[in-house]
Amino acid sequence: MSAELCDLTGAELSAKLAAGETSASEVLSSSRGRIDAVEDRVGAFLTRTDQLASERADELDAYLSTGAPQSPVAGIPVALKDVLTTNGVRTTCGSKILETYVPPYDATAWARLAGAGAVLVGKTNCDEFAMGSSNENSAFGPVRNPWDLDRVPGGSSGGSAAAVAAGEAVWALGTDTGGSVRQPASLCGVVGLKPTYGRISRYGLIAFASSLDTVGTFTRTVRDSASMLQVLAGHDPRDATSLDVPVPVYTEGLDDGVAGLRVGVITEAFGEGVAPAIGASVRAAIDRLEELGASVGEVELPHAAYALSAYYLIAPSECSSNLARYDGVRYGYRAPGEHADSIAMMFATRGQAFGPEVKRRIMLGTYALSAGYYEAYYGQAQKVRTLVIRDYEAAFERFDILVSPTSPTTAFRIGEKADDPMAMYLNDIFTIPANLAGVPAISIPSGLDDAGLPVGIQLTAPALDESTLFRAAHALESALSLELRPPLLQGTA
Amino acid sequence: MSGVSYEAVIGLECHVELSTATKMFCSCANVFGAPPNTQTCPVCLGHPGTLPVPNREAIARIIKIGLALDAEIAPHSVFHRKNYFYPDMPKNYQISQYDLPICVGGHLDVELADGSGTRVGITRVHMEEDTGKSTHGGGSGRIHDATYATLDFNRAGVPLVECVSEPDMRSPEEAAAYLRALRATLESLDVSDVKMEEGSLRCDANVSLRPSGTEPFGTKVEIKNMNSIRSLERALIYEIDRQTAALERGDAIVQETRHWDEDAGSTASMRSKEEAFDYRYFPEPDIPAMEPDAAWVDEIRASLPELPRARRDRYVETLGLKPEVARVLVGDRGSSALFDGAVALGADPVGAANWITQDVAALRNAGGGDGALRAEHVADVVALVATGAVSNAGAKQALEASFTSGEAVEAAVDRLGLRQVSDAGALGGLADEVLAENPDVVQKFRDGKDGVIGFLVGQLMQKAAGAANPKLAQELLRERLQG
Repeated sequence: MSAELCDLTGAELSAKLAAGETSASEVLSSSRGRIDAVEDRVGAFLTRTDQLASERADELDAYLSTGAPQSPVAGIPVALKDVLTTNGVRTTCGSKILETYVPPYDATAWARLAGAGAVLVGKTNCDEFAMGSSNENSAFGPVRNPWDLDRVPGGSSGGSAAAVAAGEAVWALGTDTGGSVRQPASLCGVVGLKPTYGRISRYGLIAFASSLDTVGTFTRTVRDSASMLQVLAGHDPRDATSLDVPVPVYTEGLDDGVAGLRVGVITEAFGEGVAPAIGASVRAAIDRLEELGASVGEVELPHAAYALSAYYLIAPSECSSNLARYDGVRYGYRAPGEHADSIAMMFATRGQAFGPEVKRRIMLGTYALSAGYYEAYYGQAQKVRTLVIRDYEAAFERFDILVSPTSPTTAFRIGEKADDPMAMYLNDIFTIPANLAGVPAISIPSGLDDAGLPVGIQLTAPALDESTLFRAAHALESALSLELRPPLLQGTA
Repeated sequence: MSGVSYEAVIGLECHVELSTATKMFCSCANVFGAPPNTQTCPVCLGHPGTLPVPNREAIARIIKIGLALDAEIAPHSVFHRKNYFYPDMPKNYQISQYDLPICVGGHLDVELADGSGTRVGITRVHMEEDTGKSTHGGGSGRIHDATYATLDFNRAGVPLVECVSEPDMRSPEEAAAYLRALRATLESLDVSDVKMEEGSLRCDANVSLRPSGTEPFGTKVEIKNMNSIRSLERALIYEIDRQTAALERGDAIVQETRHWDEDAGSTASMRSKEEAFDYRYFPEPDIPAMEPDAAWVDEIRASLPELPRARRDRYVETLGLKPEVARVLVGDRGSSALFDGAVALGADPVGAANWITQDVAALRNAGGGDGALRAEHVADVVALVATGAVSNAGAKQALEASFTSGEAVEAAVDRLGLRQVSDAGALGGLADEVLAENPDVVQKFRDGKDGVIGFLVGQLMQKAAGAANPKLAQELLRERLQG
């Protein structure tokens, strides 16, 4: 399979579209061709939107032919994680309980991309209600990693990561509550951004844990990530937690380099449990930053060790409440047959249609919020969260950017950790602290391990300083200049 | 009889639906009585991915309520989620407030029928959202054997204010007086329709008994489902009797929630303390803390209208009304508006108050509303009676006409021929006739029997066919007899 339009970056496609060298329809048909070629092996999508996409591309071509001003997003094939609502297009959250649910409205994030001319190619598979790190918790089957079809793509936004890695979409949206964009980006060898909490509206992001959920982006370059955030960022009157602060021009200063940038290496993130190849790859990337003029030092986040425990109380607590609405009354699955009363119907519905991981977290959260336990669990976890926030504040007094591996392992085999929730939860040990603190973080590829699987490095910046994050990540990406093409796409043209 | 007498301790929790144009967390219209499920959107139906955005006007109104009750407006206040499963609650949690309500403390001064007063403390006033409405059908129509339920979500997400009193009331009359005073206050603030029959004002009561003269509270019982002030009073009387009888039998009071059955006139157990829900309250992560700035609160404070208590004091102290008359006027927004309007037009306050609390009240009760009556009608009636142009009876007739049709009082008086003859010249001739026709009576008067003047006035009134001013008639007769 040779490189095609769908393998180009958004910036390259945008330039070709502007120059009249290609059309939105051609770009779409390239993306669609790739989906037809690999989807039976990858399984990234739950719903394809071929008809809508064709209509959209035609409209765009008519518009582009007028020579009117064009957004860098126009004509780019985009996939959306199936927890973002799309008006008139089924949105399942990877759950049986919403298998037939068709939202009556668009998520703000998607509405903004659509308004700028993005073309939706489909809705991607994910762990049920975004709970998981391997995509194995989807009610509709696993997604396979384009780098090794026996391995997981990571999760929970596994479908979006795999789709971008395989060229099925050029860009994708995911959501990141504890690492669900960065970890699969790392495992699939693409760029995954989790911006500052509140930077992108959550309206239409089907909630898992509201105080942690963030819309995030998948692209193949840092520049594309900046272009995407440009369109997505900003206040939304429909989300009271979205920030009403000006949005900088993210591509400005992207090439300014890292000379003088103070880079803090999170020491704890290179210890026990981290695959040696990952430590080596990330260390090498840090050396490159130093060669580029950054001043590198070591930093500790003393309370990060408790972040995972705090996260697994806060996120399930919020989830137990957020998922209460799936009761078979107004939409979605309803347990068939006669029921003693409406409460019995609601309980039967939930018992039948939620998967085991979702049930586990609902039970955990219900318990943590119960009278008599609240202070010991939820209350205590919130205190840890405050300490983690202070750790970051202290670290950012000394450093502009913090770096660590994104994930302690590269892609693992499907089924390998499926029966061990604790091993699975540990996948997010380096990504969770940024969610607790609400700060922005990005994962970019730093290389391949011995098995030829992608390794990711995570960069973290202070709240709302995505510009510095992009600048540092772009400098590193340029210096590494990795040629990443999954084996799936190599071989015969 | 054990010989111990008991004192009731009563606290009320009132729910008030605000009459804002839109709902609490979405832009759906907030209207009562629309066809089912026509005032809904993805947000108030709890669709996946939707988020609540607080209605600023609703927050302004609850601050207004807090200020009117002399509560502290919290500089930092938080919404919490109250989690429980019920089909008419779209998210299966209610956005409410818990340990950080927006209004803290306060009080309401209450006047009883005998003119005595009491001050009822306010614990807190907090903001929440209303639920939808379920109707059970099939079987007997009662929940336990219904075969289906229908749901109407028009009410889901309507701004709801909960006002919790201290356990400061000692009798059903005090509780009723408190609820009346609260309703009058809310009505004057123009924040709610406060209609108990439509559910825009709802009230639950907590009641316990303790031996008179002792301090510790007894075991409390919560009563729900009172749909009028009258039913609150009845339910409390019933419950106090029930608890008294239980204590006299030596039984313990069970902490529970009881349901008032209006038709049966009794309360029945709904659930005990052991069956109480664990609501798993936690801070609502979708809504930042409310931190109303001081300037905004001051602006709201400056916009407060005259409150019922201040109005009552003004009526008594400045306008000279009797306290019981002032209480009746203040207890009804229409009456006090009519009164203030009439006084502003120059009407004598005492006269206006008497007309409004008696004749106008009777007309309104009979007509079931304000009719076409305006303040100038009242002012004109008071003035015409004061000058003697119309008799009391005539004024009443004119008032009724104005109430029905809105016709000006003077026009009604003329149309109905109610004007009294107050022309000394015309009446003087008739007076001379009366004296000439009744020499015996005139003699009796001159002999010192002053009481016979009444007979002579009656004769004169007869000659004038009732259209004479009786006061003037007597004056003219006396002038002639003594002259």
